[in-house]
Amino acid sequence: MGTTATSTAKEKIWDGGNEPLGASYGKLMMWFFILSDSLTFTGFLIAYGFMRYKFIDIWPIADEVFNHFPFIHGDNPMYFVALMTFILIFSSVTMVLAVDAGHQMKKNKVVTYMALTIAGGLFFIGSQAYEWTNFIKGTYGAVETKGGAILQFVDLEGNRLSLDQVAKPIPTERVENTRSRGLWFTEEAKRAPYTTQEVIEGLKANPNVLVRTEFIYRGTDEQKADTSLHPTLNKDKHKVVLTREASIERIQDAAYVVKGASHVRNEYGNKLFANLFFFITGFHGFHVSIGILLNIIIFINVLLGTYERRGSYEMVEKVGLYWHFVDLVWVFVFTFFYLV
Amino acid sequence: MAHGHASNTKRIWNVFWILSVLTIVEVVLGIFKPAALHHSVLMGTSPLNWIFIILTIIKAYYIVWAFMHMEGEKASLRWSVVGTTVFLIIYIVVLFLIEADYVRNVLTGPGSISKWIF
Repeated sequence: MGTTATSTAKEKIWDGGNEPLGASYGKLMMWFFILSDSLTFTGFLIAYGFMRYKFIDIWPIADEVFNHFPFIHGDNPMYFVALMTFILIFSSVTMVLAVDAGHQMKKNKVVTYMALTIAGGLFFIGSQAYEWTNFIKGTYGAVETKGGAILQFVDLEGNRLSLDQVAKPIPTERVENTRSRGLWFTEEAKRAPYTTQEVIEGLKANPNVLVRTEFIYRGTDEQKADTSLHPTLNKDKHKVVLTREASIERIQDAAYVVKGASHVRNEYGNKLFANLFFFITGFHGFHVSIGILLNIIIFINVLLGTYERRGSYEMVEKVGLYWHFVDLVWVFVFTFFYLV
Repeated sequence: MAHGHASNTKRIWNVFWILSVLTIVEVVLGIFKPAALHHSVLMGTSPLNWIFIILTIIKAYYIVWAFMHMEGEKASLRWSVVGTTVFLIIYIVVLFLIEADYVRNVLTGPGSISKWIF
């Protein structure tokens, strides 16, 4: 149809019956959906950017938060999320190879590449579940002050300490209220592993524990003059560590013991950090899930030979556009959540 | 379509290698954080951050142009999709980051009357 438009009939291009943009209706609509969806993600990422700029002095450091790798203990920043990025790039490649095979009407190749793409998507979703699990469970734990600041603990070398290493258990009569203990319809929210008092006493009793605040040390004159900051442990672009005296004073403000992350509070620092993490990676994960579902539908149609009979594999191309878009979004999420 | 039956496999794998190398560079820089790039300031943020952002935009270009096959589309389609998006994104990013910096100054700058983290 597009070939009917010649230079003499130029004024007729927008009269219908042809494709002025050289793309079919379905593909065009997919492009405009992607346009609007990328603006949605822009909105979310700009909310992240706004909050991060607003709280730039106290924003959590991603390397300290996302440092888990399956079956390897210790501090492994970046590796896992790099793996996730590769999985998604690779599934993008198999997707575009499926589109390419579709152009040449090679059904078996389309089947193979679509299957690999779906497998890649499932792998990615699984990785994200692992990432979320670690984020929600937490590693070290922290306390929150009355003012909402997060205090973490380090030893005299500056290594992080967990609540188990800091808190001093105090024998108590207090037990968790469960349905079997009280009225059948009452139970209390899951309690933190330690009480605030246990953490305060533990810190006082152990001279090797220091408090690390949310603030980022930048070596400003104000910070250099501040006697409550530890003289040797503070490094540029790391969180501020307090002296022993200042630590004992600071911990008095403790109001909650925090382990892991929820929508209410998290052990990593600013509350919005966890909220935005859940929301943005969650919304992206939702897109990946929808992408897998669409891929499976198209995959079944390819198997049934629907597109072979139709004489065109354009549906593979359309769902491919969506899948690449999901990869595109991840490239930006990866940069702004984990790198910058 | 002009590209109807020609295979683009070689181009696809080339782009895969480009994206992989860019990602590896990002990850290596992210792990080692060279002090000269990390602890200096260039136009509001560290040079390392600028490198990350530029590499990301290059990756986005390859995904859209090669994988989503924007390079094979008509200029009118390219402009209506990419032009609109890029314009709106630059616009909103600039406005919001300036605004956020202002809000931060109100909260923590000299003469601030609010105590906001304690």
